Amino acid sequence: MRCQKCKGEASVEIRRHHAAFCNEHFVEFFDRQVERSIEGERMFTRDDRVLVVVSGGKDSLALWDVLRRLGYQTTGLYINLGIGEYSHESQRKAEGYAAGQGAELLIADIPHDYGMSVEDFARATGRVSCSACGLSKRYLFNRVAMDRGFPVVATGHNLDDEAAVLLGNLLHWQTEYLARQAPVLQSTHPQFAKKVKPLYRIAERETAAYAVIRGIDYIVEECPNSVGAKSLLYKDALNLLEQAAPGTKQSLYWGFLERGRPLVEALVSPSLRACIHCGQPTTAEVCAFCRMTERAAERMRVRLALASSTPGPTPTPGGGTPAGEDRPETPAPLAEVGRPGRPA
Amino acid sequence: MKVLIRHQKREVEVAGRRRVRDVLAELGINPETVLVIRGTQLLTHDVHLADDDRIELRPVVSGGGA
Repeated sequence: MRCQKCKGEASVEIRRHHAAFCNEHFVEFFDRQVERSIEGERMFTRDDRVLVVVSGGKDSLALWDVLRRLGYQTTGLYINLGIGEYSHESQRKAEGYAAGQGAELLIADIPHDYGMSVEDFARATGRVSCSACGLSKRYLFNRVAMDRGFPVVATGHNLDDEAAVLLGNLLHWQTEYLARQAPVLQSTHPQFAKKVKPLYRIAERETAAYAVIRGIDYIVEECPNSVGAKSLLYKDALNLLEQAAPGTKQSLYWGFLERGRPLVEALVSPSLRACIHCGQPTTAEVCAFCRMTERAAERMRVRLALASSTPGPTPTPGGGTPAGEDRPETPAPLAEVGRPGRPA
Repeated sequence: MKVLIRHQKREVEVAGRRRVRDVLAELGINPETVLVIRGTQLLTHDVHLADDDRIELRPVVSGGGA
């Protein structure tokens, strides 16, 4: 197979575009797709400071890499979720990339700041792990963005991610979720950062190819908690369709953005107010993250009380203060790594 | 030919002198779900493989979701 630009040997075939590229011209294609997303959807400009949420996986590190190469102002944010060795290894990958590039990386540490992991949150509240994880990440990256003055948060969600979420929302007619699914979520409150997904035009296989070609050392192993996740089932189904009919995922998601979303986006416009605990915007009195951490902390306290009659320090919600007491006004502590000359 | 199937954490021996797509079909792997890598080079599905080749099938599908 030949590269459609230089006629050299191709390394990546993109069947939905009837195209194949060599390494050099695939990267050129990738850059162009990202630029089209950013400019076409008015995600941000080179004057904006962009907080890039990195997990140590292929998508987020590819996103950070391409944004840096294209000259955008980026800072990485790694969120330690406390998922055992998987979290340690993924943090090492994020730190390794940052160190190699001389890029600034912030680290938010859930077990350190909240005394529990997202797995504890999930167990205590009856949520599935991916739900507790997603809620925690969304809460923390927004909070860090607000505390650190980033107007925009970028995540590595790709075309396959978005198509799988869309399929799940359609199968269950989750109209509120459908209304909120978009490559750009504008800030609807002074305490909400704008959220963008610059890889929404690019398939998962292509972000992996980009990471390999660019020599990015990412964590290949999957999160152990994702076993049996519905999103994987939806991706399997979509990949079967894609194999038989290239372009299915793109047609589904891009078609939704063009023709489906305008029909449903007016369905949801919740009024937001400040969470009475943490101050983050929420539609309820207490935001979903604080409700989850409070319930988890309460359950942990009960368990500890049963295990021992000796009072002692207990895990707490909201970052260090027992439920019912005043919350700290200071932002969650963050470590900064990856820039030469800065302490690790 | 040796094939490292990364997500299944196993290496299998299959007959060479075939195209990449034929090897994937024999192993029952959807080509949409993996990259095929020889050394550091990505391979397209029409590439002919030799008996003494060693390739890696690297999964591209990430799960969970935030």
